[in-house]
Amino acid sequence: MSKRLTSAALGIAGVLLFLITWELLPFVGVVNERYLPPASRVLVEFFHYLGQSAFWGDVGETMTAWALGLAISIVAAVVLGLVIGSSTFLRRATSSTIEFLRPIPSVALIPLAVLLFGVKIESSLLLVFYAAFWQVLLQVLYGVADVDPVAENTARSYGLGRFARIRYVVWPTVLPYLMTGIRLASAVALILAITAELIIGSPGLGQQIALTQSGGAVPQMYALIVATGLIGVLINAAVRLLEKRVLSWHTSVRGEVAL
Amino acid sequence: MMVNHPEGIAADSTGAPPMLSVKGLRKVYQVDGGEIEAVRNLTFDIAPGQLVCVVGPSGAGKTTLLKCIAGLLSPTSGSIELRGEPVVGPPHSMAVVFQEYGRSLYPWMSVRANIELPLKNQGMPRAERKKLVDEALAAVELSHVPNSYPWQLSGGMQQRVAIARAVAYKPQILLMDEPFAAVDAQTRADLEDLVRNIWQKLGVTIIFITHDIDESVYLGERVLVLSNSPTVVQEDLTIDLPVERDQLTTRSSARFTELRAHVYEQIQLAKAGTLTGAVPVVKKRRK
Amino acid sequence: MRYLKNVLYFIGLPVLLVVMWWALTLGPTNFFVPKPLVLAQTFWDVWVGERFWTDFVPSIQRLVIGLVATIVLGVIFGVLIGSFRWLRSFTEPMLEFFRAIPPPVLVPLLMLLVGINDQMKIIVIVSGAIWPVLLNTIEGVRAVDPVLSDTSKTYKITGFPRLRYLVLPGASPQIMTGVRQSTSIALILMVISEMFGSSSGLGFTIVLFQRGFAIPEMWSGIVVLGLVGIALSLISQFIERRVLRWYNGLKEVQHDG
Repeated sequence: MSKRLTSAALGIAGVLLFLITWELLPFVGVVNERYLPPASRVLVEFFHYLGQSAFWGDVGETMTAWALGLAISIVAAVVLGLVIGSSTFLRRATSSTIEFLRPIPSVALIPLAVLLFGVKIESSLLLVFYAAFWQVLLQVLYGVADVDPVAENTARSYGLGRFARIRYVVWPTVLPYLMTGIRLASAVALILAITAELIIGSPGLGQQIALTQSGGAVPQMYALIVATGLIGVLINAAVRLLEKRVLSWHTSVRGEVAL
Repeated sequence: MMVNHPEGIAADSTGAPPMLSVKGLRKVYQVDGGEIEAVRNLTFDIAPGQLVCVVGPSGAGKTTLLKCIAGLLSPTSGSIELRGEPVVGPPHSMAVVFQEYGRSLYPWMSVRANIELPLKNQGMPRAERKKLVDEALAAVELSHVPNSYPWQLSGGMQQRVAIARAVAYKPQILLMDEPFAAVDAQTRADLEDLVRNIWQKLGVTIIFITHDIDESVYLGERVLVLSNSPTVVQEDLTIDLPVERDQLTTRSSARFTELRAHVYEQIQLAKAGTLTGAVPVVKKRRK
Repeated sequence: MRYLKNVLYFIGLPVLLVVMWWALTLGPTNFFVPKPLVLAQTFWDVWVGERFWTDFVPSIQRLVIGLVATIVLGVIFGVLIGSFRWLRSFTEPMLEFFRAIPPPVLVPLLMLLVGINDQMKIIVIVSGAIWPVLLNTIEGVRAVDPVLSDTSKTYKITGFPRLRYLVLPGASPQIMTGVRQSTSIALILMVISEMFGSSSGLGFTIVLFQRGFAIPEMWSGIVVLGLVGIALSLISQFIERRVLRWYNGLKEVQHDG
């Protein structure tokens, strides 16, 4: 108990030290205040934003692109992953293509997205989808490959059909892998949603950051960056909570890998 | 190399200064919500060149004792001295073989590199290192697998590698923490003979911790029976079996059966919690 | 026979896809989708020659420098933070926050702080891509097997040898996981930093083509980025297979047992 308290106190001290350093840097003159305003200025701007409906509108735009893109890619990846994974032929025939397409950085598609959709949300969705899809697909394929052949044969011997086997044997094995995929994908999806807004200019927080930067509203820009960081923290926390809920029956089986 | 192991000499009557001296050892763990007294009061001496087995019911603080002797844990009170020097960190002249063979060998190094690493770390020249490693591998009969990874070997073979590493290190005292608890019976018998063999050849002092009564009697020149937690020395017994032992004749001898029965009885007493007190009780039972 | 089968499996689907692409673009020219032969010709014309030196090589240089700095710094700080419990507690909330910031937002920020130059692009890569290596190294160092740690202590393997023979190899599976994630983020950041403020580089060139509606050229740039991504992934797989040979073997043995 006391250990946990010490650790919490140390964490708070770390945050305070960071804020104080940030506050002091522009005063000492290490960096120009025009480019790095003190923490207090930025926090004031941040709280100012919290009261503006336009800010929440931008958050809504970003989160819509994130959630929609993520949802589409998860559904597509799970369906495709289960189909490909349950057939040796499909698995072997698609592996080279998957290995070729997967490492292509989704930002390479930015010009294409601009040509096809301009600044509409579809641009964001294309990028988010391409980035998140592979993360989930790969994990689902790993998961299907990990299905215990003994369990599979047992189910077969009791006369379970293809659909029932997927439901009772394959799915529970795949689930922890799927959750890992979702965790990785949700972080990547946020990166690409913001990127699309930043570079292409589709509406959302990224676009606002680009606008405040080119308009010289530096404290506002920092406040918006802090906001994206907090959204990232919330998303991570939410996904971890979801993972814990869904996998409460065998969290102990899995080692934790930090992203 | 042969060291004199006179038969039938009582544990602490050798007169020579002890190799290891444990006095009033007490270890209390601080845990969330209180304290756990793992070891209450342990006092014993071990003479140079002795092979001592420490046996006790599970949860009797055997591992705590070993970690204190190895300098991995510091005692709450009491003292541990190695040849008169207090143990404050892992001593130079000591090697430890842990129970978890799969986790005490570096999985990213070959068998040879595992044995060589402590020597390399001492700055020993390459040629000398090679000689010691080869000798150690020969001593545990593993000369044929120096370039394998440890995890490619069976459990028993992995534990041999750990023993070879300890042997190559040329320790004066060798601690073994239930080293054969996780291997099958046949392998275990072979490894027990290996330990006796190495002890006779090298004259090293060995403290062998086990929960197996037969093993303690078969291996040891002396057996310390620990009581249940909180731990004290329940019984300090000299094993007056002949120095040359073998699995078949020694284990079927009447004396072995008698000693085993005695240790068993003591452990039952220990489990029941009938403590005979904190002071070691030296008993000599002769026919 | 078996060899032939493997080759067929490997090239079957890609060949099928290219043939479909070719067949579908046989008809009237689609503005957005170039014909395969046109794209191949454009790829050759655009990227083999001057552009290779003015745009491709500088981009790759920045990427490699950024990536090496990312890994070195990430491992150094990761080992440091992972080795001390108090330092872990001290830095944890801030690290939680920093790793959650989507790295591309650092581009406009660093343009202000550093200016538009090569350093800015490298700093963007390092400051955005370092988190996976850093956090995975911390986790790997923290989770070094206690028995192995005790073993090292009893053999007096401390200080630098402990780092070299125990901590780094023990954490290497996690470090490699981090490196893989950092590599793909670094590539994304290289492209973005060039798209946002630059006058050369792959990202800049592709956007230039797109703005000029030079569609086959734009596609050829996308292909280049794809090839870079594939090359990076092959290199990291190769390194990983060598570094983690022991780990993969160990895992296999444990799965069988």
